[in-house]
Amino acid sequence: MPASASNLFHSPTIDQVGVEERVDRLQKRSIKKSSKVHALKLALSMIDLTTLEGADSEGKVRQLCSKARHLHDSLPDLPHVAAVCVYPMLVQCAKEELQGTGIKIAAVATGFPSGQYPRSTKLADTRFAVDQGADEIDMVISRGHFLAGEYAYVFDEIGAIKEACGPAHLKVILETGELGPLDAVRKASDLAMHAGADFIKTSTGKVQPSATQPVTLVMLEAIRDFYYSTGKKIGMKPAGGISTAKTALQYLVMLRETLGQDWLTPDLYRIGASRLANDILMQLMKEQTGAYQSGDYFSKD
Amino acid sequence: MSDLKQKLPTKNTPRANFATTWSYAPAPESAKVTIAPRYDLFINGKFVPPVKGKYFTTINPANENKLSEVGEASADDVNKAVKAARGAYDKVWSKMPGRERGKYIYRIARILQERMRELAIIESMDGGKPIRESRDVDLPLAAAHFFYYAGWADKLEYAFPGRTARPLGVAGQIIPWNFPLLMAAWKIAPALATGNTVVLKPAETTPLTAMKLAEIIRDADLPPGVVNIITGAGETGAAIVNHPDIDKIAFTGSTEVGKIIQKSLAASKKHFSLELGGKAANIIFEDATIDQAVEGIINGIFFNQGHVCCAGSRLLVQESIYKTVIDKLQDRMQTLVVGDPLDKNTDIGAINSRAQLEKINQYLQIGQNEGAKLWQTSCDIPDRGYFCRPALFLSATQSHRITQEEIFGPVVAIQTFRTPAEAIEKANNTPYGLSGGVWTDKGSKIFKITTKIQAGVIWANTYNKFDPSSPFGGYKESGMGREGGLHGLLPYVELN
Repeated sequence: MPASASNLFHSPTIDQVGVEERVDRLQKRSIKKSSKVHALKLALSMIDLTTLEGADSEGKVRQLCSKARHLHDSLPDLPHVAAVCVYPMLVQCAKEELQGTGIKIAAVATGFPSGQYPRSTKLADTRFAVDQGADEIDMVISRGHFLAGEYAYVFDEIGAIKEACGPAHLKVILETGELGPLDAVRKASDLAMHAGADFIKTSTGKVQPSATQPVTLVMLEAIRDFYYSTGKKIGMKPAGGISTAKTALQYLVMLRETLGQDWLTPDLYRIGASRLANDILMQLMKEQTGAYQSGDYFSKD
Repeated sequence: MSDLKQKLPTKNTPRANFATTWSYAPAPESAKVTIAPRYDLFINGKFVPPVKGKYFTTINPANENKLSEVGEASADDVNKAVKAARGAYDKVWSKMPGRERGKYIYRIARILQERMRELAIIESMDGGKPIRESRDVDLPLAAAHFFYYAGWADKLEYAFPGRTARPLGVAGQIIPWNFPLLMAAWKIAPALATGNTVVLKPAETTPLTAMKLAEIIRDADLPPGVVNIITGAGETGAAIVNHPDIDKIAFTGSTEVGKIIQKSLAASKKHFSLELGGKAANIIFEDATIDQAVEGIINGIFFNQGHVCCAGSRLLVQESIYKTVIDKLQDRMQTLVVGDPLDKNTDIGAINSRAQLEKINQYLQIGQNEGAKLWQTSCDIPDRGYFCRPALFLSATQSHRITQEEIFGPVVAIQTFRTPAEAIEKANNTPYGLSGGVWTDKGSKIFKITTKIQAGVIWANTYNKFDPSSPFGGYKESGMGREGGLHGLLPYVELN
């Protein structure tokens, strides 16, 4: 472990009641008009458009990539999403579809979603995804080892995966729904950042609860403390359960008031979601036309 | 000291940047409420003009525009109000069964709830507090207070088992401008529940919600004279305090005025309760949950522009976490929105009056002259109206006036301590004793520290939380008597 990790086992403790109160207060921000349109477009540009099903096929991924490129062409000045997130086997297909678009390809790896595999398998999984052309790797931590107090194991594993990523960015999924109290969320965040994560991410979407606002706030605060002490900016990705524009705005308010301007960019903030984009598009259309349209006026994928 | 100075935040520390390209558009609450151009005095169930026909203006401190004018009650008007209250007490209210009194109080509570939105808006317009607070704190708590004491009206024999609780008679109540309607509720509800009648005077800068409450009391069909609400400034207050037919004085306000009142009551048989100033220590130990403690500091001192008698206006931080806490506190303060009280995104509204703003600015100067280091946020503030950027004083010391005296504004004086014993000594080294805060993740420490701090209310790992069932009041120069809870009945009864 590097010297910067010496504080790992002294992660600050977290008071859940206080966190929930803060979240409650942040949710009361009222985002209207120009401010809303700006934020909705920002949120669109931060989406990791995701499909992670056993049934995913090349056909499905091609559809998804097309959606990533053409969110809603009848609305002018829309950004494209940040990335498309798929399983390693489908990276190559996504790569072909997204060549030259600036949209990144993220692959989940390391035995996603459970992570209950030997390290050799996880490393091979990661290298395969990178070889196929993934720009970003979303790994899962070994929650079993973490909960058993084997922090060094988890730390070393993240370090090894980071090395296997080479030039690809590493997002470390904590799967906070399985970690329990917010103290554990904070400790896992600190551990992942010190071990080399470029991003920390709440959840796989396969475990309930997935992203929650209290968990996200605690992780943002961990990122801020890490920045204070090291000067390094780590990214944040809440994922799972963020399906409405209103919720996305609340997450952005939290981001703005915790980490400020530097993090209001897809380089440092992502939202993992499959359904969110269309709800945002619906809101943007409403701002333009004054009326809500039915879901059938927006392509599902 | 030289050591501490080295620990002050430097520009080399990486810091978050809160000057964002994405800012919140104005989200104003609609100000469509009915405010009459003029309010008369509410005496004996009717609105009547003041005997001398004098009125004074009440303004919106956020833009200095006139909102309305209210009657200036003279000694003659006070006399009329006391007579009405005496008559209602003798003939109706003291004889009415508690169960019936309770019905009236419940009725007030329900009408308050129904008209919450309108009253919150008027409270923000007249007093300057952000709508987020008048909507989410003042109004719900005011209604809750009436509900709570309505419940006691027919249960006084259980409140004081084996004793008989008799009302005192006519209560003269004088309330401050920081929580106009809530303080009216704190005063009126327990007085009515115990069978007293009331002459209430709201503060001269914030009379409007009290006059709205008078309308509600009239609409609730309370027997005439049970509650009388008269407006005026210091002279009106003095006339109430010195009126020979008043049995009890309840005052919330400054220690300075509290002392004058206590002196003038010295040779009388009047009962009295005083809720006065404070200079609470908010103590952050190194084992606290830091980010939540920072939020607690914010809630402690910037709630209601710092116009709170129990505000955490002295911050005591353990030396080992000083820099971390200050960095985080400053970052958090940068996100506070100062401005239009009616905007839903406003965190800090307008200072209540020009006089109060001048007093705060004076203290900002005094603190600097004394050698403390002033830091204020860089937010924009409106050109018109009375506004103050949230402020903190680094390197404040126990001997500074900014540490000893109540500023009653968004200004916190920060000191460090090394050991729990030092924290306790500093916390108690003040003429006040109203409230305090302790932040630690260690349960045993909470009990150890809180029992040694001389203050009426102490919050652990939170701050500025209120509930009608919880008594509130001070030690030393912070006053005497308790409001709220079972204890809040005592200042309004005689036990046989």
